Amino acid sequence: MLASILSLGGIGFLAALALGIAAKKFAVEVDPRELALLEVMPGANCGACGYAGCSGYAKAVAEGKAGPNACTPGGQATLEKIAHIMGVTAVAAEPQVAVVLCQGDNEKAAAKYRYLGVADCNAAQKIADGPKTCPGGCVGLGSCARACPFDAIEITAQGLAVISREKCTGCTKCVAVCPRKVIAMRPLDATVHVLCNSHDKGAAVRKYCQVGCIACQICKKTVPEAYVIEDFLAEVVYEHHGQAAPAVEKCPTKCIRDFEDGYPEGSSFGPPVCKKTEAA
Amino acid sequence: MKLKSFPGGLHPPDNKAWSAHKPIETCALPGELVIPLAQHIGAPAEPCVAKGDQVRKGQVIGQAKGFVSVPVHASTSGEVIAVEPRPHPYGRDLPAVVIRPDGQDAWVEGLEEADPEALTADEIRDRIRAAGIVGMGGATFPTHVKLSPPAEKPIDTVIVNGVECEPYLTADHRLMLEQTQKVLDGVAILKKVLGVQKALVGIEANKPDAIAAMQKACAGRGIEVVPLEVKYPQGAEKQLILAAVGREVPSGGLPMDVGVVVQNVGTAAAIDDAVRLGRPLIERIATVTGPCVNEPKNLRVRIGTALAHLVEACGGLKSDPAKIIMGGPMMGAAQLSLAVPATRGTSGLLLLGEQDVSLETEGPCIRCGRCVQVCPARILPTTIAAYARLDLFDEAEQFCALDCIECGCCTYICPSALALVQAIRYAKGAIMARKRKI
Repeated sequence: MLASILSLGGIGFLAALALGIAAKKFAVEVDPRELALLEVMPGANCGACGYAGCSGYAKAVAEGKAGPNACTPGGQATLEKIAHIMGVTAVAAEPQVAVVLCQGDNEKAAAKYRYLGVADCNAAQKIADGPKTCPGGCVGLGSCARACPFDAIEITAQGLAVISREKCTGCTKCVAVCPRKVIAMRPLDATVHVLCNSHDKGAAVRKYCQVGCIACQICKKTVPEAYVIEDFLAEVVYEHHGQAAPAVEKCPTKCIRDFEDGYPEGSSFGPPVCKKTEAA
Repeated sequence: MKLKSFPGGLHPPDNKAWSAHKPIETCALPGELVIPLAQHIGAPAEPCVAKGDQVRKGQVIGQAKGFVSVPVHASTSGEVIAVEPRPHPYGRDLPAVVIRPDGQDAWVEGLEEADPEALTADEIRDRIRAAGIVGMGGATFPTHVKLSPPAEKPIDTVIVNGVECEPYLTADHRLMLEQTQKVLDGVAILKKVLGVQKALVGIEANKPDAIAAMQKACAGRGIEVVPLEVKYPQGAEKQLILAAVGREVPSGGLPMDVGVVVQNVGTAAAIDDAVRLGRPLIERIATVTGPCVNEPKNLRVRIGTALAHLVEACGGLKSDPAKIIMGGPMMGAAQLSLAVPATRGTSGLLLLGEQDVSLETEGPCIRCGRCVQVCPARILPTTIAAYARLDLFDEAEQFCALDCIECGCCTYICPSALALVQAIRYAKGAIMARKRKI
């Protein structure tokens, strides 16, 4: 009886001693700020900051290798918390939103062939450069929607990707996965965008798309400082995006869209929340 | 006697009766020949003629670039009217030499006849390369490369592929019937260049007339005809080797790893033309068939003839095709239009109507395992396809995605209409792209 109590107690004591010494000797120093930072991260592990998940970014911030404003999904709130923990001033990165630069769904844009394979844009793109005649248009098979960690992308019934301005956090995962580079990052407070990604000449674009940019210069003539036309494709000059709206009406193919007027046709998203609307 | 075969595979309705009895006809010269510079696996040829040049039949119009490449020749005499990108069977516009025939059809000078017996193996290889010969079963791999095995891989057997297991196609069948001697002369040259004693001709048992003709002509020439079970893909290189000589090509290996070289019967005939007559590869035999063609035929086609012209030669279209396939229905490549030209790899042109095309939408995998049963490469198509859909390419590679021969049996048999081979091809493309990057 006594022997067993002593021997078992002894083993317990020795093991506890060994563990205690090991815990002291092999302790890994963790910056307490790193743990605090991880607490305030959104936890989506989206990789938008350029690090492997939220913990990677927290470590980088704690070590001073990264600034406090790289977490786009967290937005202003997270930025302020990070800045508070690190004791730096919060200078916001300009919030950005992903925009699909195409309105050519299956009704408006011509198909090169009928695609019957795997429902994935990257797989379709490998077959004769994609099923759409337009070399830059949205394939509409939803690779971006599946990549989005925030459920911010829908594919309309007519096969066009539309990104919600409210749900998009600017993590750029969809930009990386799109085989046709039809998704681009744009400033969140800009609401007017040229929704076309075809660099073909106007005559060619007219043949395969009802809503493509034909580089007719009318937008540039209407508001010279807000538009630039490069390689047969108009683009908003985002420093002057506030003045871009008057050209929306004038555009003959309606490829310029003001998101204050709503999302592209076929989208089930409600009216977009735009800063200007909020202010008014 | 049980016929030789391989595990897996299936037998889709072959519809060969439409054209199998039709003798080879020569297709008339079209008004314009569009000869692509990329007609083979490897680096595309470099054009060596310019707009306005007069060329003659058999003249080199594109120089080979590197070892794995072959020259391209004019298919007739005439004027070069353009060297520019034109629609190509790959689905995009690629550089091509456009020739307007002058009707003379005059051969270029300097083509030398030779006696294969008097030539050395290297001289034969040079003649084969200069003639631009590629694998004519459809893969278009340069033949001289296949005939130059490294010294550490001794070859003891040459197998000539007269299986033609793809449904609808009958071009090789007619070739074996009508040009038996030419094919066998080509086999004799193959034996000489590889220094082998053993030569086999594999033919599917659904071509008894071709088997009989070849057996008769083979007598005393040291070439053996092997009838094979009627099963797709009996004519796939690795499956043919397993069936004919019982050797299995290792994963990631080539036929030369088991001492075998396989050549198509069409290639053998082209080799005979090249070595004996010095004539380059400027025409081939193609089956034009399908429910949308008025009169299915086997045609002798000049390289560069537009597919639309082939259809005209077969009495035109019966109805609008829903799918245009270059090659057979299982492994052929769908085409965007009939404007693309026939190339060295065009073994057939198949025009399917709306009712012949499967438009079923994909269902869920019901784990029935039929794709695994029919897979001749003995891999797990459903597993690899599932990984491919998730972009998990490392896992797909671990499950031997690269051993897929893309025969399409899995997609054909799938009761849920899953695009299995398509997904595996997607994974293979991604894996290969990554390997090239590293």
